[in-house]
Amino acid sequence: MCDSCGCGDAEVVPVDVHDRILAGNDRTAAHNREHFRDRHVTAINLMGSPGAGKTAVLEATARLLAGREGKPYTHQRLGALAGDLATDNDADRLRAAGIVAKSITTGSACHLDAAMVHRGLHDLPWHDVDYLFVENVGNLVCPAVYDLGQEANVVALSVTEGVDKPLKYPVMFLKADLVLITKIDLLPYLPQIRIETIADALAHVMPRPRYMCVSATTGEGMGQWLTWLEQLRAAQPCCEVTHHA
Amino acid sequence: MHEYSIVEALLARVDAEARARGATAVHRLTVRIGELSGVEIDLFATAFATFRDRTICAHADLEVMAVAAVWKCPVCGGQIEHGSMLQCAACDVPARLSQGDEILLDRIEMEVP
Repeated sequence: MCDSCGCGDAEVVPVDVHDRILAGNDRTAAHNREHFRDRHVTAINLMGSPGAGKTAVLEATARLLAGREGKPYTHQRLGALAGDLATDNDADRLRAAGIVAKSITTGSACHLDAAMVHRGLHDLPWHDVDYLFVENVGNLVCPAVYDLGQEANVVALSVTEGVDKPLKYPVMFLKADLVLITKIDLLPYLPQIRIETIADALAHVMPRPRYMCVSATTGEGMGQWLTWLEQLRAAQPCCEVTHHA
Repeated sequence: MHEYSIVEALLARVDAEARARGATAVHRLTVRIGELSGVEIDLFATAFATFRDRTICAHADLEVMAVAAVWKCPVCGGQIEHGSMLQCAACDVPARLSQGDEILLDRIEMEVP
């Protein structure tokens, strides 16, 4: 109540907050990250346009590991949560490739958030996998805004999408730790697409541009992708230093 | 259209702050949105106008402060020119984003009886 003149009017009080609007999501993401690190599971947020080849890259990753180490072992190593607006198609494909996978059906939601991933973990036996891929909803805008608790962000960018996608969607690429330039087996049919031009665009939106050219169809470049994954896992802290409230 | 879910988070936070202080209404919110935050200010304002009905913010004004992206060299502090590669040519190190990725709730002006 206004007590300066005794008029009885309500008082307007300014409250300084200065906090991230998505602080709640950040807390849930930190909770997820703590679980992943405690279990020594390396979580990767895989983003990209619809049709960029996210699922195909994961299928090829599983095939490559199976070829190297024998299929039964592969079944233990890779897990995935697949964000999908309306179907289980991606999770079906991933399971067929030997990946422990579940869908997160988002309905009309254009992205995954940390709470969706947390709920998804309840339906997935993820404790024993080495790598957990969160295949985000196909979208180059919305998923970039949300921390999920991942160890790294990877963006799949197919050569068929054109060379200027990084300049058109800078926030997505700014958040990327690695860009996988996919479908490079199609380059002979795309004379206007030059990897150098894509790399130049990435250098304008990423302070530490890191990219690899891969083909899930031919397997070209997939070996360096596996090496990158292994290095990421080797460098991962085993547990959080600070614990959430 | 993730702006809608961000506005939902904003309204939930404001509601919690207002309840904690026994407020009966919110008059004004001030938020800061960075150029590289991934949030479109027009969509954010539209989402706020849509979702504020029947909340404590039903009659609140929304002030959005747009924050331009600024990249600087972490060594010499020099500013990287807009549209350039994100490297300091003089120091040969990656640039650092010093502002422009904010999605912040700055201030709530609330009515307390």
